[in-house]
Amino acid sequence: MQVTITVNGVPVTRDIEPRLLLVHFIRETPGLTGTHWGCDTSNCGACVVLMDDKPIKSCTQLAVMSEGHDIRTVESLEVDGRLDPVQQGFHEKHALQCGFCTPGMLMTSRALLDENPDPTDHDIRTAISGAICRCTGYQNIVAAVRWAAEHPAVEKQEV
Amino acid sequence: MQTPAPFEYERATSVEGAIASLERLGPEARIIAGGHSLLPMMKLRLANPEHLIDINDLDELSYIREEDGEIRIGALTRHVHLLQSELLRRWYPVFAEAETVIADPVVRNRGTIGGSLCQADAAEDLSAVCSAVKARAVIRGTAGERVVSMGKFHVGPYQTAVGAGEMLTEVRLPMRPGGGSAHEKVERRAGDFAIAASSAAVWIDGGVITDVGLALSAVGPITVHVTRAEELLRGKAPSEELFAAAGEIASADCSPTADGRGPVDYKRHLAGALTKRALRRATAGALRQEA
Repeated sequence: MQVTITVNGVPVTRDIEPRLLLVHFIRETPGLTGTHWGCDTSNCGACVVLMDDKPIKSCTQLAVMSEGHDIRTVESLEVDGRLDPVQQGFHEKHALQCGFCTPGMLMTSRALLDENPDPTDHDIRTAISGAICRCTGYQNIVAAVRWAAEHPAVEKQEV
Repeated sequence: MQTPAPFEYERATSVEGAIASLERLGPEARIIAGGHSLLPMMKLRLANPEHLIDINDLDELSYIREEDGEIRIGALTRHVHLLQSELLRRWYPVFAEAETVIADPVVRNRGTIGGSLCQADAAEDLSAVCSAVKARAVIRGTAGERVVSMGKFHVGPYQTAVGAGEMLTEVRLPMRPGGGSAHEKVERRAGDFAIAASSAAVWIDGGVITDVGLALSAVGPITVHVTRAEELLRGKAPSEELFAAAGEIASADCSPTADGRGPVDYKRHLAGALTKRALRRATAGALRQEA
């Protein structure tokens, strides 16, 4: 069946099987492979995207269920070479090693800061509790999100 | 790659339309809401519906409101809204307590109360919560509505009283003064299913327990209603000894199986200890209400 899903502001139309998961739609059609396909069981959080500004796990959402909704992926964070504060924070605080969990961590953190611009460490840990990082032990990720919260203006900085 | 088997998809535009589709398509049709129980089951081929009816557009099923002396919760109400509801927090803090330990915030943005109850997984928290607070489920079909107690709603593992051509539309909670409630859960890691969990609701009047609801998650083939302990508690003044006795009944009356989450004796121990703790805190809440 034909669906049109808005991904990062661009309507994407494609003929799909209803069983196609959103994560595969995003990766295949607009070819946005920043959204990672991880555990497939809604446990790891690597596939988190924003749907109407709320973080969701795109491995547990049928693409067809997203028709008529706005999807934002990690590719939408950087604008004209300017990093989003959460991206800059991950850079500043060395919040990734292998980077596999990073897209989901970034989108989950972005959604947290949009809702709560000054989160405590506990708020941050709760927000990312559905995202698994097997490298860092989370310390630096929490520090990176704190950094982003403290530097909202960095959005306009040159990279 | 885990992908569901092929199925036909349609998006409902009204509750009546969804029910008409269920009726027309027969027993191989299923409602999909948040999808966080059904899609994993479909990926594993534990569920193989031929038709999915998506009810996510039915905003009329998403609400938490006071009506006719009850709290009414629409079936499409998402976990995040159950967690944030001031009305629920005031009357039944057990919901917020359970919701903070149900999966994770991202999953809670999608999963719904209707989906949780209809999945009828004995390890799932909300079924025990709804049992403890004596919720009633509103089931609608083409013939009209019927209202069933939680004891009659869960009829077996992954089986509910919702028949072919019917859907759960609402959950109703009584609004009775002097009540307190609590949820106690032990899990292996954040967001996991319970090793065991206990939900308690207690109503107190004149220093005496007038009514009580007690239910356990993950320690039986379906949600365990600890009716023998409820009978013991009713009409008595709350005390540590009484809670301990109720805990012993919970421990004896559940029927856990050994699995990766623990052996039987450990789960029985948890059922008892968590029941005692949940009763203690629910009673403290009820006494604060009474004061």
